[in-house]
Amino acid sequence: MIIAVLNEARPGETRVAATPATVEQLRTLGYDVVVEPGAGAAASFPDEAYVAAGATIGPATSADIVFAVNRPTDAQLDGLRPGVTLVGILGPALDPTVVEQLATRPITALALDAVPRISRAQSLDVLSSMANIAGYRAVVEAAHVFGRFFTGQVTAAGKVPPARVLVAGAGVAGLAAIGAAGSLGAVVRATDPRPEVADQVRSLGGEYLAIDSEAVEVSSTGYATEMDERYRAREAEVYAEESAGADIIITTALIPGRPAPRLITAEMVARMRPGSVIVDMAAANGGNVEGTVPDTTVTTANGVVIIGYTDLVARLPAQASQLYGTNLVNLMKLMTPGKDGELVLDFDDVVQRSMTVVRDGELTWPPPPVQVSAAPAPGQVAAAVPAPPERAVRAPSGSGRRLGIVLLAAAVLFALASFAPAALLPHLTVFALAIVIGYYVIGHVHHALHTPLMSVTNAISGIIVVGALASLVHEDTVIVVLGFVATLLASINVFGGFAVTRRMLTMFARS
Amino acid sequence: MTVQTASQAAYLVAALLFILALAGLSRHETSKVGNTFGITGMAVALVATVAVVLDQDVRTANLVLLVVAVVIGALIGLQRARVVEMTGMPELIALLHSFVGLAAVLVGWNGYLLVERDLGGAEALHLGSVGTLGIHHAEVVIGVFIGAVTFTGSIVAYLKLSGRIGSAPMTLPGKHVLNIGALVAFAVLTAWFVVDPQLWLVLVVTALALALGWHLVASIGGGDMPVVVSMLNSYSGWAAAASGFLLENDLLIVTGALVGSSGAYLSYIMCNAMNRSFLSVIAGGFGVEAGPGESRDYGEHREVDAESVAELLAGAATVIITPGYGMAVAQAQHGVAELTRRLRATGVDVRFGIHPVAGRLPGHMNVLLAEAKVPYDIVLEMDEINDDFAETAVVLVIGANDTVNPAADDDPSSPIAGMPVLRVWDAEKVIVFKRSMASGYAGVQNPLFFRENSAMLFGDAKDRVDDILRALADLELSAA
Repeated sequence: MIIAVLNEARPGETRVAATPATVEQLRTLGYDVVVEPGAGAAASFPDEAYVAAGATIGPATSADIVFAVNRPTDAQLDGLRPGVTLVGILGPALDPTVVEQLATRPITALALDAVPRISRAQSLDVLSSMANIAGYRAVVEAAHVFGRFFTGQVTAAGKVPPARVLVAGAGVAGLAAIGAAGSLGAVVRATDPRPEVADQVRSLGGEYLAIDSEAVEVSSTGYATEMDERYRAREAEVYAEESAGADIIITTALIPGRPAPRLITAEMVARMRPGSVIVDMAAANGGNVEGTVPDTTVTTANGVVIIGYTDLVARLPAQASQLYGTNLVNLMKLMTPGKDGELVLDFDDVVQRSMTVVRDGELTWPPPPVQVSAAPAPGQVAAAVPAPPERAVRAPSGSGRRLGIVLLAAAVLFALASFAPAALLPHLTVFALAIVIGYYVIGHVHHALHTPLMSVTNAISGIIVVGALASLVHEDTVIVVLGFVATLLASINVFGGFAVTRRMLTMFARS
Repeated sequence: MTVQTASQAAYLVAALLFILALAGLSRHETSKVGNTFGITGMAVALVATVAVVLDQDVRTANLVLLVVAVVIGALIGLQRARVVEMTGMPELIALLHSFVGLAAVLVGWNGYLLVERDLGGAEALHLGSVGTLGIHHAEVVIGVFIGAVTFTGSIVAYLKLSGRIGSAPMTLPGKHVLNIGALVAFAVLTAWFVVDPQLWLVLVVTALALALGWHLVASIGGGDMPVVVSMLNSYSGWAAAASGFLLENDLLIVTGALVGSSGAYLSYIMCNAMNRSFLSVIAGGFGVEAGPGESRDYGEHREVDAESVAELLAGAATVIITPGYGMAVAQAQHGVAELTRRLRATGVDVRFGIHPVAGRLPGHMNVLLAEAKVPYDIVLEMDEINDDFAETAVVLVIGANDTVNPAADDDPSSPIAGMPVLRVWDAEKVIVFKRSMASGYAGVQNPLFFRENSAMLFGDAKDRVDDILRALADLELSAA
């Protein structure tokens, strides 16, 4: 089958749905690829690069599958042949009319932004891959406008404190922003209504600010949902406190298909220091910050810059195209089970079912709901327990259990030793210490030496020969005979064990 | 300084040398020195003991017996050590464990004969005066018990490993009840013996322990042998330690405890590698029930011939070989080593990935490869190499099955689910050397064989490796 890559018609769009690298991958899946002239120009992928990767340059008219970033214009759609499969960010959740219009045509449409948020589908989740880019770019934009260093320095010209960055919302974009700001040297703090993201924030070097409230939020769709009043009040307090001390604020709070929640009010902005920067990543949906103007930069009366760009992703065109293209390749891998260039749409697969908004001209939106595996079962929501591990791998015993075992063993040992006759105590002492030494000495043995280790311990356990020899001093015939046999056996062990160990060790050689 | 104090000093030195020996064995660089420390320690201990024996008024006949016993033992031991095949190491080690066990039983009986047989004798009166007579009674039965369990357990392990009896687990009805019953009976008999030390009690305990040891190991299958052998290693240590308590000899106690804890630790490592608890291995039963996924259709497997494998290897940049027990059975390690040398000479990066429980003995594969002169620095542990499979062109699976089973990773209903495995299927191409399509020790079908990036090379591993070597030589000829 032929895949066509559209030249994006939307003004300001710099991305392209396939790069030369992903074209090669598509070809290994058995597809032929046609790229519209100039499709990759804005992302620095010239037509020649596509040709070198095995694509042809031409119109999308004959294609069976069409790759787009945005919803194609009606003119573009008119140029496609009936029965074509369209793949792109179609936004069915934001605007159902788009899908309804698509359904008037005899095509199949797959919305990449409708991929369910389950682990298996992560490799095709464009919302995540694009949010990652946007989060990074938000930090870069802020750094560009901010009149100071991000990192703290002590120089001959004086001491520079690190910039303080507040990230509101620790989703994919928020986490990317935390990582980027942290690696520039800033001190990063982050808020999020979901306490389970605290570890992810810390793992990127940020500090998690919990908003203490009984209303703990674990959503069943993987997105934060809107909160109750008490929570909102507490949240406003936290933002008021934190924003006053922050140099940079990056807000990422976005619930798909809804107006963005207002997190930072005009009063909070007014209390910030002149020169501070706010990047409102939710500007397209109304903004998290009061005073945001989409697609532009505003400077407030007290000198705070509010950046409301909605095209953060498009500002990294080559990177965004590469990640987007790879998401598409992963989708094609999923939908090409035979690796023979034949697209198969499997409606039993929850991922494919969820993305399909139109099938052969028939509206299939909205899909049945998908439960996200990471959310706990209903009824446990308030407890907010972490997701159970997928496989029953035996967990190492926790420190509490360990302590319990050690204390129990110590108590038993104490009881035994305190009742033992005095003559036995020195032996018990030696015995216990030797066990501990044995454990620590063996603990570091290289895996390749396990067999020699066993044969050498075999040899030294032949030390029982000492006991056997001692019985040979007696006169009693039975004792002497038993002693003789024991000595013989133990000697085999001693000599055989050491000899075979020696033989094995000489075999081990380095290259 | 008397001979007594000198011997005590010598025992202390010997104990420290043994600790150094074990510490030395933890790294390749120090392993030979470690062995030498061990030999020195043993020599010191033996000389000291013989000196003590000579110091007492001994009959010449006994001295002759002493020398004869040690010389015969030494000759047998050295002879066995010289001729043993590296594939036969597990048997030898199991056999050596049984000797320690039997020696411990004999020492225990001697303890009885010396003290309990004649409660009015000098030894018994002396012990009674220091208040350890009761302890001595207990030590006799405990020492005999541990020794006897070690003895028969090791004998059964030896018979299974050498193929003289089948390696399938024996399943007597109510085997757990039998094991626990034996332990309870042992506790009762010990208490009885402490109160009333009769000869028949010692004999009953011996018989009971012999039966328990037999049953314990007989009901464990062949694939669990790495755990069994290291467990018996541990038991032999405890047996020596028990004898040490009996004889009030600190050197025996220290050595026994060292060996005992080292064996226990090795068992622990092996159990971790199988994602199973120690008890579940000892209780046996692994692979007895078939998994629910058995009737599943895994699709078709593909076959490949030696010539194609040779071509594939010649063109590959990175190769990982994952050997298993099948390589040892087929004695293919020399061919594999030759293949490794040949490929490395032409610039192919060849490495080995060893699963902790591959083979029938902890570290078994490493010894086999070392024997065949494979440099040890390209032989890597599972954890070291598992992430590298994704960047590997060809993986050769030689005689391994359960340790490379993807079902452990992705099929929660599989009996081996959760067991850490070598992720060979991440490589571009996997060649599986196998006799037939039969399932592995765990009785679980291996979906690896049906993956589209894997192909089967049927036949004896040694013959097939030789075929590949020949085909490689032909390739080089035609290229020249």
